[in-house]
Amino acid sequence: MMKQNNTSGKAIKYDKTTTYLAGYIVSVFLTVAAYLIVTRHLGSRYFILAVISGLALFQFIVQVLFFLNLGREMRPRLKLLVFLGMLMIVIILVGGSLWIMSNLNYRMMQSKSAINNYMNQQSGNGF
Amino acid sequence: MTETDVLTRKDILKEERMQRDSTRIFGFWVYLMTDCVLFAGLFAVYAVLHNNTFGGPSAKSLFSLHLVLTETLILLTSSFICGLGIVAAHHHNKRLTIVAFLLTMMLGLAFVGLEFGDFYHLASIGDSWRRSAFLSAYFTLVGTHGLHICVGLLWMAVMMFRLLKGKLTQSNIRRLTMLGLFWHFLDVVWIFIFTIVYLMGAVRA
Repeated sequence: MMKQNNTSGKAIKYDKTTTYLAGYIVSVFLTVAAYLIVTRHLGSRYFILAVISGLALFQFIVQVLFFLNLGREMRPRLKLLVFLGMLMIVIILVGGSLWIMSNLNYRMMQSKSAINNYMNQQSGNGF
Repeated sequence: MTETDVLTRKDILKEERMQRDSTRIFGFWVYLMTDCVLFAGLFAVYAVLHNNTFGGPSAKSLFSLHLVLTETLILLTSSFICGLGIVAAHHHNKRLTIVAFLLTMMLGLAFVGLEFGDFYHLASIGDSWRRSAFLSAYFTLVGTHGLHICVGLLWMAVMMFRLLKGKLTQSNIRRLTMLGLFWHFLDVVWIFIFTIVYLMGAVRA
């Protein structure tokens, strides 16, 4: 019974100053890089958006591994399991919200003439 | 003699305590993951409403990236020093632990000071959360993060009090480990606030 509760077991022993230092340096580098790309307008709008999204994702992974120590966990990897469950919920929540709301925008927020046109058409159909 | 006889009673108790501590830390981890879902909800709200400025200012005209970069670097440094503090705690170096966490606290206070100063500035020029849906979403998202930071600072103050009064016991080390996880987690959330709210807000036409 006790064995099953061993989620991070011996991994409690931290001896990883270098890990923190590496994570810190990489994070600072990524943050400043993203900042410079935006303030110096290096590239087109979509290019910049794509690059800073990539940098943020990369920094997310670096901090989860180096600061939150998710990679150094013993089997059974329950922390990882909960983390992946959280990621799934977050993706469904954020992606789903954006999808539904952009769909609504598309249907409701078109130009006034387009709406009038549509309504005329519908009333012509016996609406 | 069997193998269990070789282990002393003390060893067994210590092993049991380690098990219990790691279970508790796992429980705290589960809480952090649910907190992530809370932030995901607020991010979704912000992403949906960020264009609804109701004639008010947009993200591009409102935020100073310079200030935000400073805030980001302060928070990142505090997260790093907090990690060093946890390493020191696991090496049973009480003095170094206290120094590291005091530094973390000071940086955290600087962050909160800058952030709430910025909030105050926005509110005083009439761009508070009442101005537009965009600003409501902004203040809710960033304010919730700031509130978490404040709770973390309060927790740090309590831990510092415990350490200054008492010893660096096993239970104190466990609390510090949880506090460290909490602080790193807030830094992770800030990556996305920095990128999605501030940087992407500045890029948008």
